[in-house]
Amino acid sequence: MNGTTGAHSHRDYTGSKIGMWLFLFTEFFLFFGPILLYTIFRFRYPQAFIEASRALDTGVGVFNTVLLLTSSLTMALAITAMQKNKKGLTLILLGATVSAGAVFLVNKYFEWGAKISHGIYPGGEALAGNADGGAIFYGLYFFATGLHGIHVLAGMVIIIVAALMVHEGKINSKDFVKLENSGLYWHLVDVIWIYLFPIFYLIR
Amino acid sequence: MDAEETKPHIVGYSVLFAVWAALLGLTWLTVGLSGTGLGSFVIVAPFLIASVKAFLVVDYFMHLKYESGFFKYILLVVLGMVVVVAWLVYQDVAYRY
Repeated sequence: MNGTTGAHSHRDYTGSKIGMWLFLFTEFFLFFGPILLYTIFRFRYPQAFIEASRALDTGVGVFNTVLLLTSSLTMALAITAMQKNKKGLTLILLGATVSAGAVFLVNKYFEWGAKISHGIYPGGEALAGNADGGAIFYGLYFFATGLHGIHVLAGMVIIIVAALMVHEGKINSKDFVKLENSGLYWHLVDVIWIYLFPIFYLIR
Repeated sequence: MDAEETKPHIVGYSVLFAVWAALLGLTWLTVGLSGTGLGSFVIVAPFLIASVKAFLVVDYFMHLKYESGFFKYILLVVLGMVVVVAWLVYQDVAYRY
């Protein structure tokens, strides 16, 4: 009944993963749109984009990048640990992954807060006189990083649910595809940040 | 498919740590190249480095390297679509402005 009772339970390991990959491809295209728009406007308003980018703190961006890359490592390690039937280690690594995601979002909160308090947000007074480029840059910045932040939050919820299933034994060393698929989602969130970080913080 | 699919490849801890180290190294490289004023290279290089990083995450952390060929083919279809969509959009933009 619970999928772990024996050889005759209905499970399709490869099918589960194909389904997840197809979903991730749709997610990828969701972010590909804004990234494509960025490249177009970067060539139309090069100077305004460089100036707008310089107002972002590269240090915070680097810190968040290292954080997400490390959380991707702990997620991948958690799957290996589960496959090797090390339940305690799996739970510790999943806890580390969720914690890194939480710190990422706290950083993002302060980063956004600092910009918004200076009137830099879609429709804000600081961008009103900068319709050419600057407003487009920050429009894309808030849209893409906001959408990404929602995905980080969703990924954290998914990993917490997966961790509870590991704790209850519903995910175990024989049946771990749900943990793998949770990991795939988290890694996609990381891959998207790998592109968002340079386009907003580094291309200047 | 065959019975092999029920025994997935277990990626060793050391491999994952090595990939993580490479990802941090590439991050250091791309940050170092930022603002060096090398013309259009400043735009192209971050995308290239990001793509190498994304490939490492997809291949090792997401286990694509160890999956069957089908997973790699659907990824190729997606990458092909990216090229087609980008090309069409750029054509449109170039024609309008």
